[in-house]
Amino acid sequence: MTANVHSLESFGSVDGPGVRFVIFLQGCHMRCQFCHNPDTWKEEPNQIFTADELLEKVLRYRGYWGEKGGITVSGGEPLLQLDFMIEFFTKAKAEGIHTCLDTAGNPFSREEPFFSKFQELMKVTDLIMLDIKEMNPERHRKLTGVKNDNILDLAQYLSDMGKPVWIRHVLVPERSDYDADLRNMKAFLDTLTNVEKVEILPYHTMGIFKWENLGLTYPLADIKPPSEERIRNAEQILNAVK
Amino acid sequence: MEQNQAWAGFKGRKWKDDVDVRDFIQHNYEIYEGDESFLAGPTESTDLLWGELQKLQKAEREKDGVLDMETEIVSSLTAYGPGYIKEELKDREQIVGLQTDKPLKRAFMPYGGIKMAEQACTTYGYTPAPELHKIFTEYHRTHNQAVFDAYTPEMHAARHNKIITGLPDTYGRGRIVGDYRRVALYGIDFLVAKKEEDLSNCGDGTMVDDVIRLRDELSMQIRALKDMKKMAEVYGFDISKPATSAKEAAQWLYFGYLAAIKTQNGAAMSVGRISTFLDIYMERDLKAGVITEEQAQEIIDHFVMKCRMVKFARIPSYNQLFSGDPVWATLEVGGLGQDGRSMVTKNDYRFLHTLENMGPSPEPNLTVLYSSRLPENFKKYAAVISVRTSSIQYENDDVMRPVWGDDYSICCCVSATQTGKEMQFFGARANLAKCLLYAMNGGRDVKTREQVGPDMRPITSEILDYDEVMAKYDVMMDWLAGLYVNTLNLIQYMHDKYYYEAAEMALIDTDVRRTFATGIAGFSHVVDSLSAIKYATVKPIRDEDGMIVDFETTGEFPKYGNDDDRADDIAVWLLKTFLTKLKKRHTYRESEPTTSILTITSNVVYGKATGSTPDGRKAGAPLSPGANPSYGAENNGLLASLNSVAKLPYEYALDGISNTQTINPGALGHDETERKNNLAHVLDGYFDQGAHHLNVNVFGREKLEDAMEHPEKEEYANFTIRVSGYAVKFIDLTREQQLDVISRTCHNQM
Repeated sequence: MTANVHSLESFGSVDGPGVRFVIFLQGCHMRCQFCHNPDTWKEEPNQIFTADELLEKVLRYRGYWGEKGGITVSGGEPLLQLDFMIEFFTKAKAEGIHTCLDTAGNPFSREEPFFSKFQELMKVTDLIMLDIKEMNPERHRKLTGVKNDNILDLAQYLSDMGKPVWIRHVLVPERSDYDADLRNMKAFLDTLTNVEKVEILPYHTMGIFKWENLGLTYPLADIKPPSEERIRNAEQILNAVK
Repeated sequence: MEQNQAWAGFKGRKWKDDVDVRDFIQHNYEIYEGDESFLAGPTESTDLLWGELQKLQKAEREKDGVLDMETEIVSSLTAYGPGYIKEELKDREQIVGLQTDKPLKRAFMPYGGIKMAEQACTTYGYTPAPELHKIFTEYHRTHNQAVFDAYTPEMHAARHNKIITGLPDTYGRGRIVGDYRRVALYGIDFLVAKKEEDLSNCGDGTMVDDVIRLRDELSMQIRALKDMKKMAEVYGFDISKPATSAKEAAQWLYFGYLAAIKTQNGAAMSVGRISTFLDIYMERDLKAGVITEEQAQEIIDHFVMKCRMVKFARIPSYNQLFSGDPVWATLEVGGLGQDGRSMVTKNDYRFLHTLENMGPSPEPNLTVLYSSRLPENFKKYAAVISVRTSSIQYENDDVMRPVWGDDYSICCCVSATQTGKEMQFFGARANLAKCLLYAMNGGRDVKTREQVGPDMRPITSEILDYDEVMAKYDVMMDWLAGLYVNTLNLIQYMHDKYYYEAAEMALIDTDVRRTFATGIAGFSHVVDSLSAIKYATVKPIRDEDGMIVDFETTGEFPKYGNDDDRADDIAVWLLKTFLTKLKKRHTYRESEPTTSILTITSNVVYGKATGSTPDGRKAGAPLSPGANPSYGAENNGLLASLNSVAKLPYEYALDGISNTQTINPGALGHDETERKNNLAHVLDGYFDQGAHHLNVNVFGREKLEDAMEHPEKEEYANFTIRVSGYAVKFIDLTREQQLDVISRTCHNQM
């Protein structure tokens, strides 16, 4: 299997535990208004690697990982390239590498053939970083263009199987910064048994130039990054790590 | 001497008969594997003195970078009476001794060249006494005069066209580290007796050149040793006998170093590897209850304060090369012994801790001799100091130890030298990027239009052919290597003759090993240019004279800095090829040729003199510093870049391979604990591959931009950054260099 890769980052330090090699895959079906990498959306081939080629590449970085580090596959949306993911993580696990999947969960479904493949991927995935963009379905749809019930179902499923998860929430004023929704999210997360960490990622505007480069209209042009106070508020509600 | 009270409690035998500081250290040091919790904060005296010194530094900055200069007295070991940071506080100075009679006052040192010494004065509004001019032009020949008289026209041309650049013909060659520890361990009398013994055994009576020269040098050394005693007496100390306490050991040792910086204004005046040595004295006094930890720290703080005060009078062209007024008072901590034991002591923590007690500082150039096998606690402490201060550099002990043993010092920014056993003939850089352009233009310089290199047929094809370029480049590099070595031979000869480093050499073995340290500039641009010619299409653009003045490069090509073997193999080839060409030549005094890929801040000046290169770099743009990949070439993040640099074999660049990386704090981890752990992992991974050196800066671009626009802000007064091989206060850089630093890759993450 080959992967359609957006870019490679040899030094990730905030993409899972320790020092990590991060592979950003190309392609995503969500259209998050705050997305700082809209250039990862389209699914046309960008850089193509086989699983073996990527494995050979990442192994050059093993010496930097210490006890905790490893690889993270992010995106784009990695679950859109499930067959590749299975092969790649299976081979990585055989080398004893810590594997982390950074997903927004949108492709998740209990339907076949996705579900069996996903289960297979979970056997070789050590950690999942799952973005929950909004709890309120309507606001979620407005913010991302897609529904969130299957994303929450993914969270539920991972909890049922006991797979370690880090939850991340991008805090966007007027979009995903409502106390009621944040409390709902906390209530939902409290029902899960596998959440190791909750992180608030304050919305930033550093990705705007990419929208401009792509000739897209930036939908959040009028929205400023959240205040320190709102960030602290969200962290408190969700009992998030700073 | 065997039953000396000063040596009470010290083990070992060999070092008592012969000068052998390493033997003393190995028999007596105590490994420390604990954490930093034992460290003590600054004492009241430290705060007072450092406060005074900061006031002086501020006044210095306000006076365009020079507080005071000597215009009457020629510097020597005995030229001045005592000097203190502040007369009223002198009893609080645990370590005393200034280069001149006043703090931060720059001495007059004409032996390297009277014109330079005078120009240094007049640049800052001082007028040197006219009789000094007469003495050093009419009565006494200087190093600089002798070199310029002896240069061939070809050497003049190469210098003028800056294909060989930064030659130590207008400043001291430096890079000689006296074993200043010897003063503490043995006292001057013992050292004089040993040198006198050497003198009496020098030669068999037949007066051939070598013997005559050595007898001359030994007698100068002996005189310097005796003058060191007089210098110390001025401050009320008798250093004829060994130091009896930790405080004395640090003071005696400092007097040795002070002797060096009173007599030489070398490009680098390193302190050396003194930390473990001094710890032995600290431990003895701590155990005996003679001092407390506060006092131990105070001694180190005050020693370091003195290292922060070293100043030389420099000319503007020197400052362009080496920006920020550096002296490279390089000082090492860490490292492992040949037996595998860690050499980390509490003192290694204390030296790093000075950056907390007195804030960040470029000097002394604190260097951690790194190994992944150093105690974890120490690795983490060094990493956290890096995160907080960006003031330390790391060098791989695991690649240096097999070559230099376990008692080497860093004699410049990054170059190793066996302490007390070696000296270095330092010399400049060969601009290999310019050399590549010469290869294409038949030895003519695109900026000056002069015929500098051999008059070869220029390349006339429409598209550059890799094989043709390589064939011509090989010939041109051969020419350059030969000329470079010859020029250095001449300079080193004259330096020995007219500006001999008697005080430093007096603290080095008579049978000294000499290395001949060349250097490469423009490294990454040559690599990427050759890669472009090989993998993309490079069309030369010629002017009306048919001279190639620019390039049009189309298509993708692999660049050095992405862990891509196609480009990195060219890098390795380039290094090996140039060193091999250097090694073929005769080098002065049977020295061993080495090379380096390090360029200090001189990359900006070198770039100005270099035309456009096929990698896309435009004429006059800065070269990337040291062995760093070119700006914008790194597309896969920090570690891919590190992996590329790590492929360069240290064995072919024993003078050092410097690499400077800046990491945004946010890209290093969420909090300080994550950051220090991650940084320690980065260092492990990099150095375990055999890489040589890493400068670590932890700050964001915004801070640099703000500091450039608002240098007056209090928080930037001591804002220190690492540049190629040393550290500077950012606000002391020229604006051009500040912009260069800002434009470099800051490893960031969105």
